[in-house]
Amino acid sequence: MLKNIRTVFVLLFICGIAYPLLMTMLAQVILPVKAEGSLIKNESGEIIGSEMIGQSFKDPGYFHGRISSINYDAAGSGTPNYSPSNKEMIERTLNDIEEFSNENPTVDKADVPSDLMTNSASGLDPNVSPQGAIVQVPRIANERGLSEKSLYNLVDEYTESRSFGLFGEPRINVLKLNIALDELE
Amino acid sequence: MDLLQIGVVLALVVILAIPMAKYLTNVYSLEITKQDSMFGKIERVIFKLSGIDTNDMRWQQYAKALLLSNLVMFIISYIIIRFQGVLPGNPSKIDSMEPLLAFNTAASFLTNTNLQHYSGESGLSYLSQMAVIIFLMFTTPATGLSLCMAFFRGLTNQRSIGNFYVDLIRSITRVLLPLSILIGLVLVSQGVPQTLNPTAIANTLEGATQNIARGPVAALESIKHIGTNGGGFFGVNSAHPFENPNGFTNVLEILSMFLIPAALPLTFGYMARNKKQGWILFSAMGLMLLVFLSITFINEKNGNPALEKIGLSQENGSMEGKEVRFGIAQSALFTSVTTAATTGSVNNMHDTLTPLGGMAPLAMMMLNCVFGGDGVGTVNILMYSVMAVFLAGLMVGRTPEFLGKKIEGKEMKLIAIAILLHPLIILVPSAIALATQLGSSAISNPGFHGISQVVYEFTSSAANNGSGFEGLGDNTPFWNISTGLVMLFGRYFSMIAMIAVAGSLLAKKRVPETNGTFKTDNSTFLVILLATVLIIGALTFFPVIALGPVAEWLTIR
Repeated sequence: MLKNIRTVFVLLFICGIAYPLLMTMLAQVILPVKAEGSLIKNESGEIIGSEMIGQSFKDPGYFHGRISSINYDAAGSGTPNYSPSNKEMIERTLNDIEEFSNENPTVDKADVPSDLMTNSASGLDPNVSPQGAIVQVPRIANERGLSEKSLYNLVDEYTESRSFGLFGEPRINVLKLNIALDELE
Repeated sequence: MDLLQIGVVLALVVILAIPMAKYLTNVYSLEITKQDSMFGKIERVIFKLSGIDTNDMRWQQYAKALLLSNLVMFIISYIIIRFQGVLPGNPSKIDSMEPLLAFNTAASFLTNTNLQHYSGESGLSYLSQMAVIIFLMFTTPATGLSLCMAFFRGLTNQRSIGNFYVDLIRSITRVLLPLSILIGLVLVSQGVPQTLNPTAIANTLEGATQNIARGPVAALESIKHIGTNGGGFFGVNSAHPFENPNGFTNVLEILSMFLIPAALPLTFGYMARNKKQGWILFSAMGLMLLVFLSITFINEKNGNPALEKIGLSQENGSMEGKEVRFGIAQSALFTSVTTAATTGSVNNMHDTLTPLGGMAPLAMMMLNCVFGGDGVGTVNILMYSVMAVFLAGLMVGRTPEFLGKKIEGKEMKLIAIAILLHPLIILVPSAIALATQLGSSAISNPGFHGISQVVYEFTSSAANNGSGFEGLGDNTPFWNISTGLVMLFGRYFSMIAMIAVAGSLLAKKRVPETNGTFKTDNSTFLVILLATVLIIGALTFFPVIALGPVAEWLTIR
């Protein structure tokens, strides 16, 4: 029994203490910005968010992200875990489509991509699909008094491709796009 | 593009499995290998500090060492999380865990299940995340690999069953630790945090305050997948952008969780000096994976008919509970691999999968032998192989043999019990939960889906997977005790039975191969093996599949 206890403590030290501390040290030395969570700072050095984490955008002058049941509270993470047959989910989606139509009266409902009207898995999804940004362009052009063409160009510029052109899906980082949008004026 | 990226990932799985299989064969060789000059020094220090002698064991000693060392791990882990509130390493002032939840958590991580009834961000201190969770994430796959090697040695007529402590420590020093460091650093380069600083506070563009939880994520993320563990740093696991930031990391995590389970059948082939035997086992598991992956992919791609009806385009598939950067292809792939390898991490919410899309991962956990977790999955498919040989032997009226060893009553009894225990510990507790208020009150999605939620929870526990239909309100005494026990039974009972089988086979004389010997390394055997797995699985689980996912599918179609 004693040798089992000794073995477990030796392994606990190697795997549970030394390994995570070594990893922290290596990561902090080699990749300090990413190891800290890819935080974005403004000119005066204040943190305005993380490149990786979505933010809540309600202002009609900004591009909006996906639905988040936790309202992009990154202290936690989560989703309502609705089943595909859940009535509450269908109710919520109906309301969201209606709200979107009111805010974007020129957009045909059939053109709205499903990612924009659904809750992400994490509640913190930083991305929308390119189509999800394109359908919001007329509204933002109107709100900000910018030409639609300049906005379509911006969306195009901020469309990130798949990893190695192969893995994952093309997407737009909503926070980065909105920062660029503010700089456009 | 969808099919291409899935195809490339699957091809990479096969390509990586071959060198890994050769490497593993040397790691667990009972002879002296070149690796000893590299790792031998460190290992001798560990052996000395631990007071271990490295002589060969009898099967009873091997089983005893496995059980006792795991018992010590359980006790220490329980104590740390039970008293984390007053222990050091707790900058966020997280409370101690209450006894039943602590029991469930310790059992869950000890059994390589990683079912989480607490929430990652707020339930554990930094000390618990490191000294319990990360620690067990190394030792439990190492235990699984050791068991697997003991079983392999028994079946392939090696010198002895080996030494548990040597296998355990080599698994960590030669396999899990180097891979975790390497993959962890690649993950950091893609944006996975690795910091001991507290939550970051941001002022958003719209002027609100956003608290961004972070921590030593990368160190946990790499071993979580290499060790087929699955417990996430954050509540939503690998769907969280900090755990899995892009398509590349998603592929890397998929390859990490399949690296060892896909290599092990080939390692078995090398050890048996019959490469073809290894590839037959690999193909049987690969074919099952392809079928279930296709079911999930097609159903998710077709979208949710209930949302189509209210006018939401489903052109991009069912996106509720999924992340844009993964889309359908990478989500379906991750779901299939994580339930096949019984990792249990998720990059999309399984509760929200379409009815048939969610049935496929459930079915893979019920079969419990589609690659499976590190070590134990290959043992399961070998169990079914012996069963297949036995059935085929009965049909032609000969004494069944597997790799030159006679399969007799004693082995068959142990294997039959191990195979039957799995459905027993899923269906009986599910029935109790559904029949009583204790269990059924936890269901969050009404209707047939509620049955799937309950069955998924127990299947995931029994298969030591750990993914959940997370809507289930499962942090109650009933769920903590019942799933805790199911996990412990699911892991240790079959482990001991298999070590006993290995010991019993090792003691037998090899019978020479004749013309009448039933060959187990050809396509005929592949068909018989698949039929055995599917018949046993289908007969056992069909009724409950019909009541849950199939019934739900019929109602929203």
